[in-house]
Amino acid sequence: MAYGVYDPHPAAVATPATVKILIAGGFGAGKTTLVGSVSEIRPLRTEETLSDRSELVDSLYGVEQKSTTTVAMDFGRITIRDDLVVYLFGTPGQRRFWFMWDDLSYGALGAVVLADERRLADCFPSIDYFERNKIPFVVAVNSFDDAQHHSLETITQALSLSGRVPVIRCDARRRESSRDVLVTLAQHAIALHHEAQPA
Amino acid sequence: MQHEGAWLDGDAGPVVRPYALTGGLTRPSGQRLDLLDMVRAVHTTGRNLPVSPEQADVLRRCPIPVPLVELAADLKLPTGVVKILVSNLRDRGLVTIHRSKSVGLSDLKILQEVVDGLRRL
Repeated sequence: MAYGVYDPHPAAVATPATVKILIAGGFGAGKTTLVGSVSEIRPLRTEETLSDRSELVDSLYGVEQKSTTTVAMDFGRITIRDDLVVYLFGTPGQRRFWFMWDDLSYGALGAVVLADERRLADCFPSIDYFERNKIPFVVAVNSFDDAQHHSLETITQALSLSGRVPVIRCDARRRESSRDVLVTLAQHAIALHHEAQPA
Repeated sequence: MQHEGAWLDGDAGPVVRPYALTGGLTRPSGQRLDLLDMVRAVHTTGRNLPVSPEQADVLRRCPIPVPLVELAADLKLPTGVVKILVSNLRDRGLVTIHRSKSVGLSDLKILQEVVDGLRRL
């Protein structure tokens, strides 16, 4: 087909199957670091416009108002095959950003809630969101060097998680560690599917 | 300590309000766009198309299908702004949108391939 001519067969364009994985957690929990360590592309960052009326569905509705600010969204990509691509979306889990999650979580495989064990309470809104919306998730405790090391059982209890939610430790700076978190999530999603539909 | 006021530092983004980049439009038209929708330019940018500089930037970046979210990151524009720019280009027949196939939780075979593929990283 000549370049620049109207494309009469748009459906013939090969589009890969996509898998969406969400990376949530409080500010500073390591979302950007995790996306960056495992993405094949330089982690991209976009900004969503946020108005006071953040309950509105589309993030740009309301830009005509004065009080807008922005919230960053990190974005990464892992190509499994030419026709199968994993996309990572990282954004804060606070309740006022839930309108973004509604957009992002549609069709998502699941979510990683990154926890900083010095500020575990920052995870609560993210956990709340994914439980409410029945989105499979795992909690990954990003182990900062100077953090106290609570046992994972203690953390599970502190977060009021059912024992079935995987809680693992990770170092978001390390590619293999971040990869293992994603593998744990994908396996968890598969396990939940099997539970829901016993053979 | 990070607090909400910290958003207003240099990282807070451009001072140009988003609607200034969209010709005053504040919402996308037509069918809702997804961040992973693939955008592809129908025409080359060599022509004198009556598009805004931002829309010309969009067209230049998608001679092959590009996910909407990558356009936003590449152009350093909010995704909401890019949705408006792209929906307007779509209305005018200058881009086509290709919805990528989202792998659902029921696609166990593909999910297993994802697990295997991630392990190879």
